[in-house]
Amino acid sequence: MDGKYQVVAAALQERYGVEIQEFRGEVTLVVASDRFLEAVRVMRDEFGYDHLVDVTAVDYWPQEEPRFHVVYHIRNLAEALILCVRVPLNGNFPKHPTVESVHPGANWYEREVYDMFGVTFSGHSDLRRILTPADWVGHPLRKDFPLGYEEVAFSFNYDEIMKRKLHPKE
Amino acid sequence: MTEIREVTVDELKHLISDRAGTGETMLLNMGPQHPATHGVLRLLLELDGEIVVNCIPDIGFLHTGIEKTMESKNYQQAEVMCDRMDYLNPLGNNLAFCLAVEKLTELDVPVRAQVIRVILAELTRINSHLIWLGTSGLDLAAMSIFLYCMREREKILDIFELVSGQRMMTTYIRPGGLWRDVPAEFEKLVWDFVNDFPRSIAEYHDLLDNNELFIDRTKGVSVISAEDCIRWSVSGPILRASGRALDLRKSSPYSGYEQYDFDIPVHGEGDIYARYLVRIEEMTESLKIIRQALKKLPFGPVRSSNRKYVPPPRSEIGVSMEALIHHFKLWTEGFQPPVGSVYSAVESPRGELGVFLESNGSAKPYRLHFRTPTFANLQIMPILTRAHFVADVVGAIGSIDIVLGDADR
Repeated sequence: MDGKYQVVAAALQERYGVEIQEFRGEVTLVVASDRFLEAVRVMRDEFGYDHLVDVTAVDYWPQEEPRFHVVYHIRNLAEALILCVRVPLNGNFPKHPTVESVHPGANWYEREVYDMFGVTFSGHSDLRRILTPADWVGHPLRKDFPLGYEEVAFSFNYDEIMKRKLHPKE
Repeated sequence: MTEIREVTVDELKHLISDRAGTGETMLLNMGPQHPATHGVLRLLLELDGEIVVNCIPDIGFLHTGIEKTMESKNYQQAEVMCDRMDYLNPLGNNLAFCLAVEKLTELDVPVRAQVIRVILAELTRINSHLIWLGTSGLDLAAMSIFLYCMREREKILDIFELVSGQRMMTTYIRPGGLWRDVPAEFEKLVWDFVNDFPRSIAEYHDLLDNNELFIDRTKGVSVISAEDCIRWSVSGPILRASGRALDLRKSSPYSGYEQYDFDIPVHGEGDIYARYLVRIEEMTESLKIIRQALKKLPFGPVRSSNRKYVPPPRSEIGVSMEALIHHFKLWTEGFQPPVGSVYSAVESPRGELGVFLESNGSAKPYRLHFRTPTFANLQIMPILTRAHFVADVVGAIGSIDIVLGDADR
């Protein structure tokens, strides 16, 4: 592992008990949901990881526990380092604290993860669906959401289409 | 029949001021069919007279579930989809996807392929900036610049058509190299373009730098500070126009960018005019890179010889049983990368284009996520438009350089 990652990873391991993984030169820190917010704040304030690059999630269905991983990528702008932070979440509709108070730019990313995976970010300022319509049923990027196409609904055939439509298991 | 639920103003109460309830301010819907929104962007504006109090962007009209579709296809098939996201930067998208796959599989790329990738990526950057310059000039009442930009863009599209057979949806860069080697005319065509283009850039300056309308509507308008940019995850020309020199080609080089000598244009004003300057200077820098790349373009193969991931050439199939098996396996089942997840990013014309790829060892990507620059950059619309006139909203949208296919995926 690169020495620059070593410092931050070791500090977080000691303080927040993160698990360190390494693959293809990338360092991933696995943090528990309840200690996540503190760890990210320490990363920003003490180690200069100030640019939130990306928030996404992975669904490991049908594996039950933990079903979801929320994945954050945070960059240290000054030294051009990037760290991946993973948070495993249990349950079909997990709750997880929002990172908006540390990185306001997480706003839309967390809305996207909520929309696509059904992970609720507690404390989020504006948790609405972002990519799908407001009345959409289900969360498309879950592995149990059927891959299909959307029939064009008009008022005369709306009910008929709704009957035929595959509804995801929730 | 079941009622289609509509979003009410009550649900957006936390985003608008209290004055909207009393009728003191007005809610105005702009888009998604407004010509200045460059696609299908909807903005809900709260107006006090002609001044914008709040701006609520609404995206998703172009959401086509590209990530889900890609997860259901094998790697070769999935690559075709990534052209369709950011349709002004198809080769850049190909490059981002291939770099992620190559990182995951530890695939080597021959030097010739890397140099051609750099040339094409920079041509795509110029192509994208030309569209931006033309259309956002058009939004700000500079009509003629649009026609000049389209004229030069056509030459770039001709080069794309020559190498890949397609003007926009190229899928030319493949995991492990390129689809095939470039034709013999390629170098001459690119040299012609590189030699002619500086004159065109001078023309753009002539058209805009003394255009009073353009200056009035860009200088000091929609200012954002570098700190705000970083807090809101903004990257690319907007960040550089606010004074932070973040360019992934310099800070974390890929495809051999560290071998080229070029500068990162940075301006500190943070207004629309600074973004215009950054982009137009970037075109000159791109030309510099292309010139150096053309000079050092080596001979050699353009595809990796790792047969587990890259199909063998046609000539081998007739004489080698091994090659025939590889060909069959790769085009029916696809290749199977090792288990793990990687993140790799390239500098697209709009900012950081990142690919998060997770594999479970099967022939299909288990999770494929694109960190697209437009999605992140659009978040700052409320900051850019607050306390500005409605007319300036058009300039602000243009200055972000939005591609809705990129934001909605």
